[in-house]
Amino acid sequence: MPQLGRMVAQRLALGLLTLFIVSLIIFLCVELLPGNLAEAILGQAATPETVAAFNRELGLDLPPHERYIAWLINIMQGDFGRSLASQREISELLGSRLQNTLFLAAVAAAIAVPLAVSLGILAALYRESIFDRAVNAVTLTSISVPEFFVAYILIIVLSVNLGWFPSISNINDGLSFWEKVYRTALPAFTLTLVCVAHMMRMTRAAIINLLASPYIEMARLKGLRPGRIILKHALPNALAPIINVVVLNLAYLIVGVVLVEVVFVYPGMGQLLVDSVAKRDIPVVQACSLVFAATYILLNLLADVLSIMSNPRLLHPR
Amino acid sequence: MSESKTRDVLLNMHGLRIEGRSDEIWQEIVHGVNVILHRGEVLGLIGESGAGKSTIGLAAMGFARDGCRISGGTIMFDDVDLAKASDDSLRLLRGSRIAYVAQSAAAAFNPAHKLIDQYCEAPVQHGIMPRAEAESDAIDLYGRLQLPDPGGIGFRYPHQVSGGQLQRAMTAMAMACRPDLIVFDEPTTALDVTTQIEVLSAIRDIVRQFNTAAIYITHDLAVVSQMADRIMVLRHGNLVEEGETRGMIEDPQKDYTRDLLSVRSFRKEISREPDPETPLLRVENISAAYGKTPVLYNVSIDIHRKRTVAVVGESGSGKSTLARVITGLLQPSEGHVYYDGAPMPPDHRKRNKDEKRRLQMIYQMPDTAINPKQRVSTIIGRPLEFYLGLRGGDRDARVRQLLEMIELDPDEFFDRFPGELSGGQKQRICIARALAAEPELIICDEVTSALDQLVAEEILKLLQRLQDELGLAYMFITHDLATVRAVADEIVVMLQGEVVEQGPKEQVLTPPHHAYTELLLSSVPEMDPDWLDNLLEQRAN
Repeated sequence: MPQLGRMVAQRLALGLLTLFIVSLIIFLCVELLPGNLAEAILGQAATPETVAAFNRELGLDLPPHERYIAWLINIMQGDFGRSLASQREISELLGSRLQNTLFLAAVAAAIAVPLAVSLGILAALYRESIFDRAVNAVTLTSISVPEFFVAYILIIVLSVNLGWFPSISNINDGLSFWEKVYRTALPAFTLTLVCVAHMMRMTRAAIINLLASPYIEMARLKGLRPGRIILKHALPNALAPIINVVVLNLAYLIVGVVLVEVVFVYPGMGQLLVDSVAKRDIPVVQACSLVFAATYILLNLLADVLSIMSNPRLLHPR
Repeated sequence: MSESKTRDVLLNMHGLRIEGRSDEIWQEIVHGVNVILHRGEVLGLIGESGAGKSTIGLAAMGFARDGCRISGGTIMFDDVDLAKASDDSLRLLRGSRIAYVAQSAAAAFNPAHKLIDQYCEAPVQHGIMPRAEAESDAIDLYGRLQLPDPGGIGFRYPHQVSGGQLQRAMTAMAMACRPDLIVFDEPTTALDVTTQIEVLSAIRDIVRQFNTAAIYITHDLAVVSQMADRIMVLRHGNLVEEGETRGMIEDPQKDYTRDLLSVRSFRKEISREPDPETPLLRVENISAAYGKTPVLYNVSIDIHRKRTVAVVGESGSGKSTLARVITGLLQPSEGHVYYDGAPMPPDHRKRNKDEKRRLQMIYQMPDTAINPKQRVSTIIGRPLEFYLGLRGGDRDARVRQLLEMIELDPDEFFDRFPGELSGGQKQRICIARALAAEPELIICDEVTSALDQLVAEEILKLLQRLQDELGLAYMFITHDLATVRAVADEIVVMLQGEVVEQGPKEQVLTPPHHAYTELLLSSVPEMDPDWLDNLLEQRAN
């Protein structure tokens, strides 16, 4: 496996380069944001003197490239700086929020991925049947509706009318694991509904694509059961595209949850990002964006490695 | 085996009709064929592509490919009518009592599983034997089929095993449940001649050892006459002729069968004049590599005007790589290519239009060598515009001329798309496209390998006529010695990137041969039912 090791190292290096470019873009975009931090924070007290003093204290009077380099160097030492709004260490702030977001993503993924892949396999097995059409129609409908709308529908039905789940997903470290899962249920369902269609359709298409290949015909002529043909002969060769779309959706579950977190007032990264933008808490916005970018890059790397490992030609060279 | 008539009938297909769907319309492709097969008998099905031989072979398993359906007749296998049997009862028969060996073992083995796992699948799933027993049985069969390292080869993945070995492993897999009938669907078509012999003899031995009945499908009459007790000749979904192998070869009744038998009779007239001083193309001491893997070692070839040089070798011998070096697609690590005495830039991007124009190529697969979205007039017209600057009416007139030269009616073919043409017609379009540039040398890379034998022969005759009329030189890359015999003036034999023998055709084809040339020549099947036996006996001594 030395090739695989080299490839991972290469991709990691490329990922770091990408991350560096992303950090530059984030910084430039934030620079372009309209409005002035000092005026926003100081409000009524923003006299020219106080604004100048404020800027000097935070180093905002320095030219942009100097501020960028200072920011970058600090980050490389693990120091994201302090939040302007709360004066807390950003790394501390991010830590618990990221944990919560990852927890929500994990709950959603634990429901969505097995559900999508099994629905895809079943749809491929019973292709062109009523079941296939129904699954396709339902998942397509759910992906076509905006996620906040799905979220409100779920709140009305499952929380307001039936009272099964809380409509506000307020979690904290003091809760037991299952209590947390229970409180996270509605946002997790929402995310599941939004991302199942994509994964399910890709699984179905990747498997059906292979059904015309000679080794599937061979499996049929060996008198194997249709279920075994799909699971044992088609699925292992369809893994690469399936893995890619699953990981892409995992990335969405982590970085794309902003709206859902806001609707359910869930204390995650998305909520933090939205609050910080509203408060013009620039260091926090930058830090959140950077963490999101790193997540994306890492997950894509994971997808590459996994799809290479699913190819027996690369795993077992001649 | 004349006693076969007295043995009991295993399979009786009566009035078999099969339909295929094209553009939402069902059309009959097999028109009421009767096939009777006795226990332990080997029946050869022979015909060109479109004859329906594979379709009939699969119907013997009660199977029709997607887009096909069995529309009439009965398929009695023992007491079961496979045409009417339920999916579940068919599934129980397939793999256990009727097995299948596909044309390309490399494609028909699942790349994700080890060979022995795929072997054990049928016996275990059909409940015939437990996994451990199936494994030891597999190793026994691998040994009987003369696979190297029978104990270990099963634990490799398909891509780790060579083509000929894979084909034998697939035969072993078909044997796993000791079926009553095996359908062999062109099992050696994709193999080199020397490998073909090993596979043929292995298949024949194992079928005899277990007294298995077989349907052997092929387009090669010489191959089938080694394998079959009885032969059925098919054409356009109809039976042409049926009979005992020896009788059919010695005394065919129908013209079509005679055509198939005499298919390799075309011979070029031996050339006459002495070679001129300067060869049209001189390849001098060429060595080349893909990355760090060397492919060609010190290859030198001369091609003179109006001559055909055939480059023969098996897959991996480097013959197509040599064409890539000559056309400038691959830069050699050593050596030079001279055209008409002048050195040619090794990189095709550095060659000027005229150097490119004088050297054209025709490829093996006409399907992939022409753009399916372009009309014939555009395909042939493009080099006219590019190389000769012809436009509008001049261009169209020249396209029509070229179509006449390749014996296609200009009024009928001018506006056609490739999808509407047969394989032979597509290859003719490729020839016309090469001719449009008015070249002096054409490199023909396996141009007849993908075509039926009768069609291939027509293409060879056309190329010969064009050479006589236009004074073209050809470099003919092929693995098929029959083609070489037909068209070559000179022969270059390649093995593992080296030229092992070269010279005028008469000299290379007359003994004494180089050992490898001898092996190649003796491996070409002949229309003689005893040929394989005699050859194996000779080689054993």
